[in-house]
Amino acid sequence: MNAMTEPVAEDGYNFAFLDEQTKRMIRRAILKAVAIPGHQIPFGSREMPLSYGWGTGGIQVTAAVIGRDDTLKVIDQGADDTTNAVSIRGFFRRMTGVATTERTDQATIVQTRHRIPETRLAEGQVIVYQVPIPEPLRWLEPRETETCKMHGLAEYGAMHVKLYEDIVRYGRIETAYDYPVMVNGRYLMRPSPIPKFDNPKMDRMPALQLFGAGREKRIYAVPPYTSVKSLDFEDHPFEVERWEHCCALCGSNDSFLDEIVVDDSGNRAFVCSDTDYCGERRAQGHQGAGMPAGYGQAAADGAAPGRKGD
Amino acid sequence: MKEQPILEVRDLTRRFGLRTAVRDVGFELWPGEVLGIVGESGSGKTTLLNCVGGRLPADDGTVLYRTAAGPAVDMLALAEAKRRRLLRTEWGFVHQNPRDGLRLDVSAGGNVGERLMALGHRHYGNLRQAAIDWLAQVEIDTARVDDAPRAFSGGMQQRLQIARNLVTHPRVVLMDEPTGGLDVSVQARLLDLLRRLVRETGVSAVIVTHDLGVARLLADRLLVMKGGEVVEGGLTDRLLDDPHHPYTQLLVSSALSV
Ligand SMILES: [Zn+2]
Repeated sequence: MNAMTEPVAEDGYNFAFLDEQTKRMIRRAILKAVAIPGHQIPFGSREMPLSYGWGTGGIQVTAAVIGRDDTLKVIDQGADDTTNAVSIRGFFRRMTGVATTERTDQATIVQTRHRIPETRLAEGQVIVYQVPIPEPLRWLEPRETETCKMHGLAEYGAMHVKLYEDIVRYGRIETAYDYPVMVNGRYLMRPSPIPKFDNPKMDRMPALQLFGAGREKRIYAVPPYTSVKSLDFEDHPFEVERWEHCCALCGSNDSFLDEIVVDDSGNRAFVCSDTDYCGERRAQGHQGAGMPAGYGQAAADGAAPGRKGD
Repeated sequence: MKEQPILEVRDLTRRFGLRTAVRDVGFELWPGEVLGIVGESGSGKTTLLNCVGGRLPADDGTVLYRTAAGPAVDMLALAEAKRRRLLRTEWGFVHQNPRDGLRLDVSAGGNVGERLMALGHRHYGNLRQAAIDWLAQVEIDTARVDDAPRAFSGGMQQRLQIARNLVTHPRVVLMDEPTGGLDVSVQARLLDLLRRLVRETGVSAVIVTHDLGVARLLADRLLVMKGGEVVEGGLTDRLLDDPHHPYTQLLVSSALSV
């Protein structure tokens, strides 16, 4: 953490854990992925000292691109303080010694699971997504050879069947996470389980977007300023989630809100899922309606509330 | 006006290892015609159909198809992207087992609409209406449009598979034992439906069947296959009433004795 000393990895480990040859192999896959936006590139995924559910694909991508000058931010469900985020951040701090931050605008690399930060990413930044299942066509075609062919020939019509079925069952497109997108007008892509709320942020994003799937050994990418369109129907256009509430803490009405249970009697409140965004807004003097009465002293102190599902 | 065949198959051969399943088979299919291919199991008729329909690579031969746009193309030599596009727009394939031709857990409407979506149709209301129209055409209660076919009877599943194929108004439909596995009364209804649809749509069809009764009801013309080769061909009534080849005579007589 000392800015005056050159960042180094813990004794006995190579910088960023992976050996240089593996990093070069992953970088080659990343370069291919950037050259063909949205196209999945196989890579020789390595065993990592974390289990697959922790996002080893994203961790390997970050390990391959991180340099000594980088500043890393790690989020899970939008928050920097969740177990997964803390543990990955700790891993990279030990294995690289580079600076870490919770501030989106100060990070050069953002590794994420399940969210894109509310603060708009800028040129020069890289966002790395942890991907559990990379293949958008898997639900309708279990054979890898066939999905490869479908991508090769851009045979994506059947993908709309899935959205059609949503409307049949729920009267609207119910898919809320990992909502399929068309990249650069050519490749169908899974954006990883981010809420569809975040899909519009991917479109023409100034930052480089990299996706790593460890178990399935795939890397894909969206270069800066690339078109990313969410699939929809003319009479059921793509829409993002909206809330009747504002964030109880910072009053934001345009961020993705988590509903949290605040006390034993089941009272609920809505707060930003992006903890950095929420904290920055409060630091600037924005205020929400406050947490409901009965919420513990922690809320009054402005500490992050306990999250649903953690 | 001189009509040209919509499909010309020449010298089609397919081997499985040392065994030749289909040897030098050729035939023509004329616009609006239903061609039956009959033979016992192992005669090569289904292999022939799969090769013609691009579901199985052929070792040799040509499948010349006169496209809606005009020019004739060899389906076996066509670039894969073009071939697959033709197969899902101008051609149809009805499997013996509806399980192979349907998405059982996708609604009936989604099944019928899939080909339209593949062609770029992006209006849910119109897709669902097109599905409803086609369900009526194949005599499925239109109230079932949102139900998944897993719960449908075998006959309904088969009718749905036919609707799913016909929705893009294909010019050629290949059918592999379309009435196989159905009980007799359900078969009769499906045959009536197929006869009507073929007449109304003017589609050209190749129907593979081991059932000479089905062949007589549906086909204008028949090919008889044995051991991977065509042993006799001709107009259905002539061929079944006055078979020339000894094998055809045997088939006809054994069919009568059943
Ligand atoms: Zn907030």
